[in-house]
Amino acid sequence: MSGLQVVFLIVAIVTLFSGLMVVASRKMMHSALWLILSLLGVAILFGTLQAGFFAIVQILVYIGAISILIIFTLMLTRRVMDDDHPGVIKGWWLPALMAVILFGLLAGFMATWDNFQAMLNELPANPENLAGFGAALVDPAGYVIPFEVASVLLLAALVGAIYIAAERKEKAG
Amino acid sequence: MSFWRDPIVFLINWAKGLLDGIGWGPGWATTVGFVIGAFVLAAGAMFFVVFLIWYERKLIGRFQDRFGPNRLGPFGLFQPLADMLKIFTKELITPVGVDWVAYNLAPVLSVSAVLMMWAVTPFSKTFFGVNISVGILFLIAIGGLGELGILLAGWGSNNKYALVGALRAIAQLISYEVPFVLSALVPVMLSGSMSLVDIVEAQQPWYIVVAPAAAFIFFIASVAETGRAPFDLAEAESEIVAGYNVEYSGLKFGMFFVGEFLHAFTASFIFVTVFLGGWRGPFADEIPVLGLAYFFIKTFIVYFALILFRGTNPRFRIDQMMDLNWKVLTPLALVVIMAVALVNSLFASSADWLRISALLAVNLVIVFAAERLVRRGVKTTRPEVGSRQRPVASPDNVFIQPGSGVKG
Amino acid sequence: MIPLSWYLIAAAALFCIGLFGVLSRKNAVSILMSIELMLNAVNINLVAFWHYHSQIQGVSQVAPQVFVAMVFIIAAAEVAVGLALIISAYKRRETSVVDEMTLLKG
Repeated sequence: MSGLQVVFLIVAIVTLFSGLMVVASRKMMHSALWLILSLLGVAILFGTLQAGFFAIVQILVYIGAISILIIFTLMLTRRVMDDDHPGVIKGWWLPALMAVILFGLLAGFMATWDNFQAMLNELPANPENLAGFGAALVDPAGYVIPFEVASVLLLAALVGAIYIAAERKEKAG
Repeated sequence: MSFWRDPIVFLINWAKGLLDGIGWGPGWATTVGFVIGAFVLAAGAMFFVVFLIWYERKLIGRFQDRFGPNRLGPFGLFQPLADMLKIFTKELITPVGVDWVAYNLAPVLSVSAVLMMWAVTPFSKTFFGVNISVGILFLIAIGGLGELGILLAGWGSNNKYALVGALRAIAQLISYEVPFVLSALVPVMLSGSMSLVDIVEAQQPWYIVVAPAAAFIFFIASVAETGRAPFDLAEAESEIVAGYNVEYSGLKFGMFFVGEFLHAFTASFIFVTVFLGGWRGPFADEIPVLGLAYFFIKTFIVYFALILFRGTNPRFRIDQMMDLNWKVLTPLALVVIMAVALVNSLFASSADWLRISALLAVNLVIVFAAERLVRRGVKTTRPEVGSRQRPVASPDNVFIQPGSGVKG
Repeated sequence: MIPLSWYLIAAAALFCIGLFGVLSRKNAVSILMSIELMLNAVNINLVAFWHYHSQIQGVSQVAPQVFVAMVFIIAAAEVAVGLALIISAYKRRETSVVDEMTLLKG
């Protein structure tokens, strides 16, 4: 059991536990806080995979922006601080059963792949090659079209979100 | 001799050698070294804040034509100690109905976000916490964690005013992240790497000489990110009842207080690292201790500029702040990025001094053009200083109390 | 050091937890949070396979990196628009519990 394996086990257990608490919490705010913890756990998992850039982008985008958005929305959509009733629907055992069956199917199906037990070793020097990644994102023979489409998507999301959530001035009379 | 050249790293290596000699393997020795180093750095930073509080209060006092604290100790040096003692011994009042997790986590997040920034900056050529390949991105991400602390404080206080104060503070902080990130891209472009150690290594002329427009935007965005005056709408005493930390008392408030002063110092040394050459200076390559000294001198100069900025400007209103951000700083930052990228690639193959002077010229043109444009858009005109006649006190229009013995 | 299977199983478990959340939570914001969990599980999978393929080829593969970046971007855009919709619906219907938004019910 090397140090990295111990770290992975601890982080994975914390992430999955936080995920469970996200879907099982009674209070919405606690749900959001557990979500932040599980996002942090996913960032550390990226770190163990030597994808340091993605770990930091995960913290920046998910925890620094998306979580704050979610908490904002929670603050803006509370009638009263009503968290008395449980957050899950009455027949929650059925989705739980479906989730467990799906997990079993996924794990079983993946296990039939040849290289399922492949060992992930350390990558050679300069594992991420950020310069190459950046170059590929603007290379016409590379991935410039998905990059540009993604920026148009963000622009559309920006304009759309502002328009949808904006206050409408009611016409008088 | 090598101890005097670089005392801190010498001590670290000696300690590691000691642990190695005991019989612990190099892996464990490094891990323990990291843990102790983190602890020492964090504790050192917190103790250093005491000095920073004194420095700021004396300077603000002088700017306002008064002495700062000067009763306790020589030059008032023990005043912050008295403040800390007072904060430690105050009662921790927890209001009814607070969300226990959010209320207690908020000061911890606020302070730890600032302390984590100390882990990636290079203090000298050999003394830095860790050399992450995406150092600048790490700083911005950690700033996001600090914002989360403010949000939790506002929410967890069970207080309408704290909530509104927190929401305004968050709106300001996430808005000013945009020019912060955009202007931090300019040194990344010029040095070719996001790692802070590489950025400092690549600063042959300091980047403030090469890209002053970007430095200007970065400085303003940093001041806004730390929530200091003139951007301190969210937590000023005369505004929304001291904002998001209104329900905190005792040590928890002390944590917010300390975190804010430390954040100002941290913003100064990030500016120094990214634009003012970090630890660079004459002979700093051979003698790392000299690099540490240069770093602190430069940081204190920038911190002085921050305090000057605080002491001489009135507070912004929230809509003025947002206007400044979205209508001035963000377009300016985008223009600066495009101009620097263009000029850098045009002059990539010519001599260094030619490229740097071209970049400097383009930046100065951008700054002056922006200033002209902004001035044209200003709605109110200000009267020139000294233009109107002001009543001057003279003996015949001064009211003298009868019986006071003063003769007119 | 760490087998690939561990990452894949962790990602599958997180995905299934997110799926349970989407199907069984009442509040609309909770459903969005569960969708975020599912997207993160997919990201773990992608980054694990990036590492695996880079290890096999010996050089860092760009395609999985671009894929991961796209997932980040799309998740951010979707959360922004989704939350705007929830706020707008809350202003109209005074509730954010999905079971109470039944206007389209036949």
